[in-house]
Amino acid sequence: MSSIAKKSGFGATVWDYITSVDHKKIAILYLISGGLFFLIGGIEAMMIRIQLMKAGNDFLSAGTYNEVMTMHGTTMIFLAAMPLLLGFMNAIMPLQIGARDVAFPFLNSLGFWLFFFGGIFLNLSWFLGGAPDAGWTNYASLALASESHGIDFYALGLTISGFGTLISGINFLVTIINMRAPGMTYMRMPLFTWTTFVASALILLAFPPLTIAIFFMVFDRMFGSHFFDVAAGGNTIIWEHLFWIFGHPEVYILILPAFGIFSEIFAIFSRKRLFGYTALVFATILIGFYGFMVWAHHMFTVGLGPTANAIFALATMIIAVPTGVKIFNWLLTVWGGNVSFATPMLYAVGFIPSFVAGGVTGVMQAIAPLDYQLHDSYFIVAHFHYVIVGGVVLAIFAATHLYWPKMFGTMLSEKLGKITFWLFFIGFHLTFFIQHFLGLMGMPRRVYTFGANQGWDLFNAISSVGAIFMALGVIIMLVNIVLTTIKNERVGNDPWGDGRTLEWAIPSPPPFYNFAQTPLVRGLDTYWIEKMEGNKEGMIYAEPLGDIHMPNNSFIPVVMSFGLFVASFGALYHPDGYSWTIPVLVIGLLITFGSMLLRSLKDDLGFHIHKEDLIKDREGVKTDGHK
Amino acid sequence: MDINKKYTPQSWPDHPETATMEGKNKFVGFWLLLAAESVTFASLFATYLALKDKGPSGMEFTAAGLFELPLVFAMTMILLTSSLTSVYAMYHMKNHNFKSMQAWLAVTVLLGAAFLGLEIYEFNHYVHLGFGFTNSAFSSAFYTLVGTHGAHVVFGLGWFIALMVRNAKRGLNTYNAPKFFLVSLYWHFIDVVWVFIFTVVYLMGVIG
Repeated sequence: MSSIAKKSGFGATVWDYITSVDHKKIAILYLISGGLFFLIGGIEAMMIRIQLMKAGNDFLSAGTYNEVMTMHGTTMIFLAAMPLLLGFMNAIMPLQIGARDVAFPFLNSLGFWLFFFGGIFLNLSWFLGGAPDAGWTNYASLALASESHGIDFYALGLTISGFGTLISGINFLVTIINMRAPGMTYMRMPLFTWTTFVASALILLAFPPLTIAIFFMVFDRMFGSHFFDVAAGGNTIIWEHLFWIFGHPEVYILILPAFGIFSEIFAIFSRKRLFGYTALVFATILIGFYGFMVWAHHMFTVGLGPTANAIFALATMIIAVPTGVKIFNWLLTVWGGNVSFATPMLYAVGFIPSFVAGGVTGVMQAIAPLDYQLHDSYFIVAHFHYVIVGGVVLAIFAATHLYWPKMFGTMLSEKLGKITFWLFFIGFHLTFFIQHFLGLMGMPRRVYTFGANQGWDLFNAISSVGAIFMALGVIIMLVNIVLTTIKNERVGNDPWGDGRTLEWAIPSPPPFYNFAQTPLVRGLDTYWIEKMEGNKEGMIYAEPLGDIHMPNNSFIPVVMSFGLFVASFGALYHPDGYSWTIPVLVIGLLITFGSMLLRSLKDDLGFHIHKEDLIKDREGVKTDGHK
Repeated sequence: MDINKKYTPQSWPDHPETATMEGKNKFVGFWLLLAAESVTFASLFATYLALKDKGPSGMEFTAAGLFELPLVFAMTMILLTSSLTSVYAMYHMKNHNFKSMQAWLAVTVLLGAAFLGLEIYEFNHYVHLGFGFTNSAFSSAFYTLVGTHGAHVVFGLGWFIALMVRNAKRGLNTYNAPKFFLVSLYWHFIDVVWVFIFTVVYLMGVIG
């Protein structure tokens, strides 16, 4: 990346990234924009904790608090956690299976730009009359009553970014099914590739119900339909069902890639083959499968009746079994290993007790009668932050350290990394552990303030102090990134020294065609096998050196996504009765479908890298590696 | 892949749609997209069934009173026939008979357009009766389910026409064969969804 940046001007580099269809560059785009949204969501979290720092605080008004709380959840789930994970999937998964790119490089770029414009659209609500304020779950009974355009921004923004995510999911599935290097059988795939595979399947089947639910919301709020309008025969529970048919698999879409990242880390830093690889794979598939059968456990108090509640309670408890299998596999991977506590491993070790705590409170809530007590209290808030922060965010931070050298060719500082870990880890438990007790003491979730006579002052104050620690941890991580980028000490293929899978067999960062020759995979942990057999090259090849076919860059994905962005403004202001709204809607859709047509009609055959250039490149890379 | 390579029926591969890596990827990817589309329509069907005949108190429209089978039966037969003609087109595609393929695709498009015309007539008829999109929860669910299918028909017709016009002069090769194959796959999917709409919305609507 940096070598190209030095050769061409800044504008050319930006243009290169905007039009890029290279999975490694798109990964960096995901990382930058996901990171940006993570900071925005983090600032919103800090505002929540400042408001709840003491009884009767007036830092935020009740209405603003609702907006901040809604946007914190929505941003963190849809615009931070998912894109950051998609970024790592993009960066690493094709390398792990020995592919030159994903199956559909153009769609990969389109997926990113749809997510990006959707996220921008949603956040524009802050400046255009108010953010959504019905919670990230946006229950219809609340959302239909909300007067500002906030809910409309939510509905349209998530529609656009949801299309992007669906496209990425299909892309990853096809990549893994069709693009694996010779010898890379399914049961030789690294765990991160496996979890990407299952998470993508969940994306494929979970996002359409959300899109449909949101379309109903758009129609109800902007075009006069009555899906959720009880007075006209509608039913608000339909939103809850569709949302949670999406929403529960979404939790696994987030946590499975996190499991994959930790599986890689445990093996690398224990210098051991993963214990029970097969069991881990099947546990992943089972979790994905069960993930679709438990959505109504979010709705125990809706009144579906004891039979439905009992079935969904049992189904929910079953998920603890494959998850427990995973936990023990990780522990047994570490057991007897030659463990090194580098920063990624610290996160992995910190993850186990944190996530188990979140899992145990989850099983508690699976008990439907108990859920009637816990429901809508801070106990729930504590639970899902233990799962999402203790699982997903720790995994994202771990992956940032683990894969930074592979993506950028330079190592993040271990010293600052460990400081970040301890600040964040301590801050995380300080913030959320005590919220279990606040919940048990009766504090409801989503309240903007509480009274001094309710006895919740001290615990809330402690929770807010914890949030400061977390913020400090993130700031130090940013400092770490800046310092590392300035120092820019180049590293070789396998900077951790114990890489096991194919991505560590090629230079850091990899050349844009990844593999000059497609590797031949001889087993699980293929790079480790070659290293142990003394193979200096790190891999053996399935083909002689020859011309490589590569796809062309394209600006069309940006235009296509921008069309939906424009159309959304037309839909959004339609109920206000302006005359320009329908024309804007039509123009936006014409831009999108027109560019789709252009894409279809224009032959895009890609180009070839010639064998001679590959040889030259390889010599160049070798000398770089020795420096 | 050489886009200018000329094929004869003898040199034409048995499965031109998956003869290239791009073709293989598109083939798998499109089946996955159809999986997502199935979930989409499943959500719409579920919502329709939940909201069937539901409206504000005193609503005069019910499925049993509104729908008439003869027109919808004609639409069903037309769409099913168009699926058959698209199979003929693919048969000729596999035999590298470009002209026959184009001819059968044209028949498919005409049948699809006829279906669409009847659907527009049907919707127009309901609206004139006072059963508009904003009439009730039932009408919203009905128009969204059947209308989403109709939008798919429109998209499919546009896709057919774009491919036929674009490739009219250059004939079949392994670059555009997957494209023709996918649009016919898409057309079958639309047809299958319509079979469910005919059964769930119209037949079950009229019967009970």
